[in-house]
Amino acid sequence: MREPVISFDNVSKHYPLYTNVRGIKNVLFNFPRNLRAMRSQRFEALRDISFDVYRGEKFGIIGRNGAGKSTTLGLIAGVLRPNEGRVVVRGRISPLLALGAGFNPELSGRENIVLNGILMGLTRREVLSKLDEIIDFSELGDFINHPIRIYSSGMLARLGFSVVAHLDPEILLIDEVLGVGDIKFQQKCLDKMMAFKESGITMVLVSHSISSVISICDRAMWIEDHTVKMVGHPYEIAAQYCKAAGVEVDLGDIPQNVEFSSS
Amino acid sequence: MSRVKHLGSRRELENYRDLLFVLVQKDIKVRYKSKILGYLWSIASPLAFACVYFFAFRIVMRVDVANYPLMLISGIFPWQWFANSVGSSPRLFLGNAPLIKKVKFPRIIIPLSMILNHMIHFILSLPVILLFVFIYGGAPTLSWIIGIPILLAVHLMMVYGISLVLSSLNLFLRDIERLVDVVMRFVFYFTPIIYPIELIPERFQAFIPLNPVAPLIISWRELFLFGTFNLAYTAISFAYALAFLALGYFVYRKLSWRFAEVV
Repeated sequence: MREPVISFDNVSKHYPLYTNVRGIKNVLFNFPRNLRAMRSQRFEALRDISFDVYRGEKFGIIGRNGAGKSTTLGLIAGVLRPNEGRVVVRGRISPLLALGAGFNPELSGRENIVLNGILMGLTRREVLSKLDEIIDFSELGDFINHPIRIYSSGMLARLGFSVVAHLDPEILLIDEVLGVGDIKFQQKCLDKMMAFKESGITMVLVSHSISSVISICDRAMWIEDHTVKMVGHPYEIAAQYCKAAGVEVDLGDIPQNVEFSSS
Repeated sequence: MSRVKHLGSRRELENYRDLLFVLVQKDIKVRYKSKILGYLWSIASPLAFACVYFFAFRIVMRVDVANYPLMLISGIFPWQWFANSVGSSPRLFLGNAPLIKKVKFPRIIIPLSMILNHMIHFILSLPVILLFVFIYGGAPTLSWIIGIPILLAVHLMMVYGISLVLSSLNLFLRDIERLVDVVMRFVFYFTPIIYPIELIPERFQAFIPLNPVAPLIISWRELFLFGTFNLAYTAISFAYALAFLALGYFVYRKLSWRFAEVV
């Protein structure tokens, strides 16, 4: 029996639309009306979704903009709390890997690595012991000692991925970031992710790149209109998703996840 | 039943300590990139204030107060710590939006690191105060040894409490930022900083302790100006500090889980 590391159990998440209570002035002068408005007007981001992600799995999430993918990641990362249902996560989690999260523009790349590592829950000693490895992987050369405000977006992505990849999280969350690096670095990231497979790290990947979902993931979930539309083999999910979107993508050439295509 | 369960993402005490350390270090590094100049900037602003008030009240209006420059200096430096911390707190969580949205970590540590940072600037400016004490024929007394650490602690607690309230609430009511500007202006002139307590008309004297900042600033000033430790006023400030800290923690606890939704 495989062990689920992430379980969503009938999870719903909605956001109040805070537009009515934007300031003290508004609250003081229209309080009762605004309170009612705030209760009735809310934005539903996820409606009653349930799924499990098992240890060591590479789990892809696809869907249209605004379907609820990022909310799902936020719930897994623990920065959001569901309104109904239950989210259980077992294992140390990486932050949502996105450009520049937790980076301070005035500090050098090196200093930012330490800052980020500690934010992720490691101690200073642990980060320092991995510092050289991280810097090597990022291939930033001399730039590592310069403030990151002079970095290009591709260089930031390199730094971000290098940090997250080397802090051995047990669950790695990746939110659409690989597109920024150059092809050589993208390949390097893919290789690193494949290497994660052997070490048993669980990975959740949110992407609009159908090809990377097919080539990396073991299983995929399609979120449509704030609910789970389908969960299953990435290739099938991708085919259905493309059909529904009315986009023809030739999926035949994409190398499929090795483990699955052999089974 | 708790709706979120994150197992395996416990942080050790060492991580909390390191987190605080790097966050404080980050601000200091950014500020003191060029060391001498950075230090000059952090004392330039209170000194400039002191000069302006000296000109307006001593030279133009000829107010007759003994050791007026020393009185100004010993009130303005602690006030700067207070005002800078409170003034920057509304934007604190807003300014760290990427962190709050992406990483799960104890956000309560952000205001603490900001205040510790201002405290370090204050401690670094103590030699300037000492210089003025010497110029006016005084010398540090034994009371300094007990007085300074106690007042530092009380001051820290009070600012932390206020800052937790303001930084949390401002995410939801964005005009608090403007309100703070206005209120701080009142507080500055209602606090004996640029005038001695004796000049306050008799019938208003009883109201001094109603201003939460006044007992604290008076305690600081008497310590530097007369070398005496005002136990009564320190006790009152301590009571205010505890009250603000309790209120701040309460507000933070109530609101913190919604932070990622609103930043």
